[in-house]
Amino acid sequence: MVETLAESVARLASLDREVVAIAWLSLRVSLTAVLVGALAGIPLGALVAVVRFPGRQALVGLLNASMGLPPVIVGLVIYLLLSRSGPLGPLGLLFTPAAMVAAQSVLVTPLIAALTRQIVADAEAHLGDQLRSLRLPPWRRAGLLVFDVRFSLVTAILAAFGRAISEIGAVLVVGGNIDGFTRTMTTAISLETQKGDLALALALGLVLIGLVLLVNAAATILRAYAVRAYG
Amino acid sequence: MSAAIPPNPSLPPNPSLPPNPSLPLRLDGLVYRAGPKTIIDGLDATIAAPGITALIGPNGAGKSVTLRLIDGLLRPDAGTVRIGEGAPVRRAFLFQRPALLRASAARNVALALAPLGLERRERAARTRAALARVGLLDRADDPATRFSGGEQQRLALARALVGEPQLLLLDEPTASLDPAATERIEAVVAEIARGGTKVILVSHNLGQVARLADDVVVLARGRAVEHGPMAQVVFQPKTAQARAYLKGELPWTAYAAAS
Ligand SMILES: Nc1ncnc2c1ncn2[C@@H]1O[C@H](COP(=O)(O)OP(=O)(O)OP(=O)(O)O)[C@@H](O)[C@H]1O
Ligand SMILES: [Mg+2]
Repeated sequence: MVETLAESVARLASLDREVVAIAWLSLRVSLTAVLVGALAGIPLGALVAVVRFPGRQALVGLLNASMGLPPVIVGLVIYLLLSRSGPLGPLGLLFTPAAMVAAQSVLVTPLIAALTRQIVADAEAHLGDQLRSLRLPPWRRAGLLVFDVRFSLVTAILAAFGRAISEIGAVLVVGGNIDGFTRTMTTAISLETQKGDLALALALGLVLIGLVLLVNAAATILRAYAVRAYG
Repeated sequence: MSAAIPPNPSLPPNPSLPPNPSLPLRLDGLVYRAGPKTIIDGLDATIAAPGITALIGPNGAGKSVTLRLIDGLLRPDAGTVRIGEGAPVRRAFLFQRPALLRASAARNVALALAPLGLERRERAARTRAALARVGLLDRADDPATRFSGGEQQRLALARALVGEPQLLLLDEPTASLDPAATERIEAVVAEIARGGTKVILVSHNLGQVARLADDVVVLARGRAVEHGPMAQVVFQPKTAQARAYLKGELPWTAYAAAS
């Protein structure tokens, strides 16, 4: 155990090129997916919070439930869509990083939308009448509420990033864990553990945790800085 | 009761007072329910005269809900709100609790100009004028949510004024202001009304009602129990409910006595 740890640290210290490449791919895929998820999920969640329409309650329930979508199921659905005989097969995206981004985007969009909806709905309880009284159209009200809760949304984004970077089911199914191409931190850790290269698995695990901490710390610092300027 | 309201002698006659498109403001048989509770219970009032109409009554009488019904934020379960002859009216609502965005004071005020489609420069000039009016021009760039309670209320008033509304709904605009600020805001409200804006003022400050109002509507349990010129309603109230409220009796004892 101690030896394994020592070796892990040694490999980390030497910035093993393989480890760096895997970490970079994981980071790229998950950050892109979170970006897509934010671009789609924040407007979706905000509009659901602001606009009254029939079936809204059902949609809210659906959004909340889909926060718990099992990654492996999402992976499977994306797999079926992208497989050679699937409707998107001709794109040839299966077992590429793009497929992993697609799967993780599907995974985090409802999460971001559901959290955004809740956060914006709370702000709407406080500001909604005022904004309606100003005769602002729904999309403008949604935009202003998103602006108002921008610091709280950072937490939703971080939750989405945490879910994306640490999931294994979706990236494994649609990415295939191809060495040097679609191997991510989580798929690599799983594989190396099975192969018995515990030192590498542990090194990767440490890097994964480090990445998550780093991204969270960066977001927290940025947020604190912004809050100080505009509480 | 609400028929002819004589001009208020406290206001200098203003022959150039433009006709206000929000008049007459008619509330006919308004009913508003929340769950099993009837909050507005057949409210009738016709406000035909320009100037300032005070809406007074005990806590929970339904004053804030009435303003929301007038503004259209709430839909009555029965009855109608008719504003003028139906032409669009620029209105503004100062809420009892100011709701400000996490943005600078100036941005909060400028927000009310968004639907008017003005040029940037014009928006900025009007925003500054409105902030100056409530004594907050030097705070224009400060975050609004860091303002004190009274400052927030003044800022919300600036936002209500900036669009030059024709109908201005004020829900306790000076409730958390110090005496000097209260005096200043009262002057601003009087000036706005002299400029031709119809003002509906909810206030528990009877001195303020006496200073500002042309006519007064007394609300009790979701009904207009009295409506008349300020001096008459405030100094010679006809109904038991109005007398009780004006004398400062607790409403629940008053209701017990009245019923
Ligand atoms: N959405 C709602 N659901 C349930 N009850 C409500 C709702 N809105 C208002 N009420 C009730 O209606 C009554 C009238 O409320 P309103 O805010 O109009 O009172 P008010 O006359 O403005 O009183 P105050 O002087 O305290 O501001 C209160 O008893 C309040 O609890
Ligand atoms: Mg009220």
